[in-house]
Amino acid sequence: MSTVRPHANAAPAPVLEVTGLDVHYGRRRARRRALHDVTLTVAPGETLGVIGETGSGKSTLARTVLGLVRASAGSVVVGGEDVTGHGPRQWRALRRRGVVQYVFQDPLRSLDPDLTVEDSLTEPLLVQGVTRAEAARRARALLARVRLPEDLLGRLPGELSGGQRQRVAVARALITQPRLLILDEPASALDSANRVQILDILKELRADGVALVLISHDLGSVAGVADRIAVLYQGRLVETGPAAEVVGRPRHVYTRLLVSSAPTLRTGAADRSEREALRALLSA
Amino acid sequence: MTTLSQDATRPAEAAEQTAERTAERTPREPVLAVRDVRIHDRAGDREMVHGVSFELTPGKVVGIVGESGSGKTLTCRAALGILPEHFEISAGSVTIDGTDIAKLTPRQWTRLRGSTISAVFQDPASYLNPSLRVGAQIAEVLRVKTGLKRRDARRRALELLEAVRLRDPELVYGQYTFELSGGMLQRVLIAAAIAAGPRILIADEATTALDVTVQAEILDLLADLRESTGLALVVVSHDLAVVAQLCDEVLVMRQGEVVEQGPTRAVLDAPRHAYTRLLVDEHESYGLDRFLTPKTPKTPEAANATKPTKPTKTSKAPEEKTA
Repeated sequence: MSTVRPHANAAPAPVLEVTGLDVHYGRRRARRRALHDVTLTVAPGETLGVIGETGSGKSTLARTVLGLVRASAGSVVVGGEDVTGHGPRQWRALRRRGVVQYVFQDPLRSLDPDLTVEDSLTEPLLVQGVTRAEAARRARALLARVRLPEDLLGRLPGELSGGQRQRVAVARALITQPRLLILDEPASALDSANRVQILDILKELRADGVALVLISHDLGSVAGVADRIAVLYQGRLVETGPAAEVVGRPRHVYTRLLVSSAPTLRTGAADRSEREALRALLSA
Repeated sequence: MTTLSQDATRPAEAAEQTAERTAERTPREPVLAVRDVRIHDRAGDREMVHGVSFELTPGKVVGIVGESGSGKTLTCRAALGILPEHFEISAGSVTIDGTDIAKLTPRQWTRLRGSTISAVFQDPASYLNPSLRVGAQIAEVLRVKTGLKRRDARRRALELLEAVRLRDPELVYGQYTFELSGGMLQRVLIAAAIAAGPRILIADEATTALDVTVQAEILDLLADLRESTGLALVVVSHDLAVVAQLCDEVLVMRQGEVVEQGPTRAVLDAPRHAYTRLLVDEHESYGLDRFLTPKTPKTPEAANATKPTKPTKTSKAPEEKTA
């Protein structure tokens, strides 16, 4: 695998800088901390995988970075702009400038069910003042990039398969040419063939220099795409490092349990006692 | 771990029957034999499953892999006698513990389910009553299926909760479904499923909705049960790797067809069918495999073991003879 990345030597300003992020839900006695002191950066063109299970705070992280959840401490800087205190209007402006875009697990949530694929794709461009002809041209080009045939342009999201829909959602997120794309479990609801296709597309995006934050519970699929991996456990980042290192030589007990628990075609009964020991360590 | 002696919980009558039947057969007689089963949808007048065969001896684990619509769940439901309306076994046979299920009356089915063949599914919450404490629901299974008295049923239910490694059985016994996580609910359901000491447990996507670490806990638990009680398992999953964890034999299904069948290791090391290869490839490119210990080079024996041995409809997997 080629390790030569354009940004490898220089240290350009990161597209995402999260510093000391705390997020709480609820009030008073019901107040619960969802994220605690999370610090991470994403360099231009870099792919950061964020791994976490139920309740780890991984979706809260995505939603906070996108301004959908308010931080109680710490800061989020996107493309050099501190967005921590941004209101909805400022966020809209930011999205319109194409700095950051997102894809969620359920594409029905990021696609307007009443808009055809073509309208969904061209709308953000028309808002920016791009001509209709140019917008249509770019929509076709993007559709090809996510490996969908042009004859889907006239369809509504409800008339697409799950895999097609998620690829349209990726295309829609890319139409404004964002520098940072945040994906929360983009492939988890898909069957094996469609999952591979989405992950292949993400790999291409990475090669094209789009910075990605790929959030998932699935260590395997993230490890196949990401440069670096950050592991979230109970709201804290317990381990961050190059993907091969985090998976190949995990240091934190939780990461070790995660790696040891991931079903592979190789493992067998031998790992059972190892997992047992790690569980005991973790619950101690 | 609490020992789960099967016969302690089985009604005396059933135990006797088993003893009789075991006596007249060879010791390795399968507890579940599925022979060229075809399933027909009368409503759509279509055949949904085009011939599935496998055999389960005590302690053996067979895995069925396939996407939704491949017929893996229909096959399980056929073996459990709970095919949806309009669906019927149109050819072939299913034999549970020596009895052909085609001849079973509803009453006999009721006696067989739970005490000989049992199952757990993907969504444990929907198989439990949300307004009853979970412990009471296990105790009820015990009272109905094994005739235990109220107090004994409670004690036994607590033992079962401990056997499925729930940390605080007393606490869990008195809890409701909404108070438990998905992993804990699945344990409760497994406890209920093995309450009457079945010899066969079908786990149909039982870990699919769970976190990876919790999935591993459940799979480890099933492996433990198999070792400690000789439980025979049918593990159904869309994920080849889940099946690889504990199955001796694997069936790969696609659109109602068994496209590949054989010893798990052989199927994984040298998949013959394009679809199986696709599943293996997916793991090689987007699985942890390539980060972990380097693959051992294939030995000549391994290569031999994977020689195409086309599963014919009636042939059983070549089994080692117990002399």
